[in-house]
Amino acid sequence: MRPPSPSIPEKEFTYDALKQSLRLDGRGFLDLRTPSINFGPELGWVECAMGKTRVIAQVDAKMVKPLPERPFEGIVTIHSEISPMASSDYELGRPSEEEISISRMLDKVLRRSDAIDKESLCILSGQRVWHLRLTIHCIADAGNMLDCACLAGIVAFKHFRRPEIEVIGDEVIIHDPTERAPIPLAIHHSPFCLTFAFFPDPSTRPVVDPTLLEQRLSTGLLSIAMNAQREICVLQKAGGIPTAPDEVLRLVNVAVPLVKDLDQLVEARLKEDWQERKVEIR
Amino acid sequence: MSVVLPGECVPAQHVNLKLGPGLLQISDAQGENPIVSTRSGTLNHSANRSKWWIENNSRRYVPAPQESVIGVVMGRSGEGWRVDIGSAHNASLDALAFEGATKRNKPNLKVGSLLYARVSLAHKDMEPELECFDAQTHKAEGFGELKGGFVVSCSLQMSRFLLDPKHFLLPLLGSRFPLEVAVGVNGKVWVNTKEVRQTIAVIRCIEAVDSDGETMDDASVKKFLGKLEI
Repeated sequence: MRPPSPSIPEKEFTYDALKQSLRLDGRGFLDLRTPSINFGPELGWVECAMGKTRVIAQVDAKMVKPLPERPFEGIVTIHSEISPMASSDYELGRPSEEEISISRMLDKVLRRSDAIDKESLCILSGQRVWHLRLTIHCIADAGNMLDCACLAGIVAFKHFRRPEIEVIGDEVIIHDPTERAPIPLAIHHSPFCLTFAFFPDPSTRPVVDPTLLEQRLSTGLLSIAMNAQREICVLQKAGGIPTAPDEVLRLVNVAVPLVKDLDQLVEARLKEDWQERKVEIR
Repeated sequence: MSVVLPGECVPAQHVNLKLGPGLLQISDAQGENPIVSTRSGTLNHSANRSKWWIENNSRRYVPAPQESVIGVVMGRSGEGWRVDIGSAHNASLDALAFEGATKRNKPNLKVGSLLYARVSLAHKDMEPELECFDAQTHKAEGFGELKGGFVVSCSLQMSRFLLDPKHFLLPLLGSRFPLEVAVGVNGKVWVNTKEVRQTIAVIRCIEAVDSDGETMDDASVKKFLGKLEI
């Protein structure tokens, strides 16, 4: 089902408010909804919420034979499930344009940005490598699900720990987590995605982290995936109103401090969780 | 007051018994007609135990006759409109179900217009029907197209709370600035004020008090309002 477009009064009011530099949830134009990150009992299980948008990400690893053309590299796959649970706009089995763009962006941001060192996932070249599988479940969509899903995905990778292994000759010994502490993945950098929404009125500035209403009323979305080291990983603007190069550069500069804040928040939450997991034995 | 689950027998007995939402009388093989609950929630009854109903919270609206709802016009169909009221099926609204409407003089509604209407017919297995006037008096009674303002979505329980004159929120907001509100029991509340800021304040307060959000009480809403620029 195509999502119904907002009613005329909703549309007019939102545009009026934006013209007066007001957003309906009281945020500034360049404020994110503060993400809340919760970890499950398992390593690599993360629930991420931005306002009422909620996404669950889970990482699991298993051993497989590597691809013949890349015998030294592990495999990372991303499965995103956008079910009708998130919103009645989504249908099972028939992905809408929006859903396809979300899953492709996830692939670009998390996998093709080479955030995870694939060579360190190799166990025995040509015979055994780790296969990491990231599953993303979208629980509720209240706008900007892409950013929330990307955040959940990268945090899940950072939170995940794989069992330690030992290779003696051709034999692989997997150490039980109770025996030897599991080790974290080698992560080069952590990209975060930020989405900006443009509006038809040229005097209205773009807003970051649009709500569902803003997203539906926008005439174009620009997604920037960037890491805290100011490196742009993905920049996507699929259709919508034309944007001047200056405007894109300006938004990239706007994204830099936001991404740094996000990175700090994620690191702080991971540290907190890690502290909680420590059990002292005397 | 007690909590019931779907399928439980309810001890409702009265000569002039009236069953409200969530209760159903069934007839079994023994010739008895017990009252059972069809949803979970708290069981309530009126002071003289003649009216019984179940109160709970949900997001999905199931239309019932005589309820006021807010809907969005989705399109034309024959001599009327199809209106989205948040239920499983779109409701139909006859073009003549308005005050002063005749065959020649019909209200001018566009796709996307907002309506305040009453559910006139809500049979099971049938499309619900709406009307924008009182069928007896042919007066609008406040129903009709809503122009300007904004619509907030909230839980169904919240929309019922807003209709309760004893609930604190709307009198509190009304004491700060003049406002116009139309509450639809389908979880849609239309708000209009003079200033955009004030409308945003109302929207945020309703969302804050809603049990889907922060579930604020009287005192914290007052504090919250103080922080907002109105």
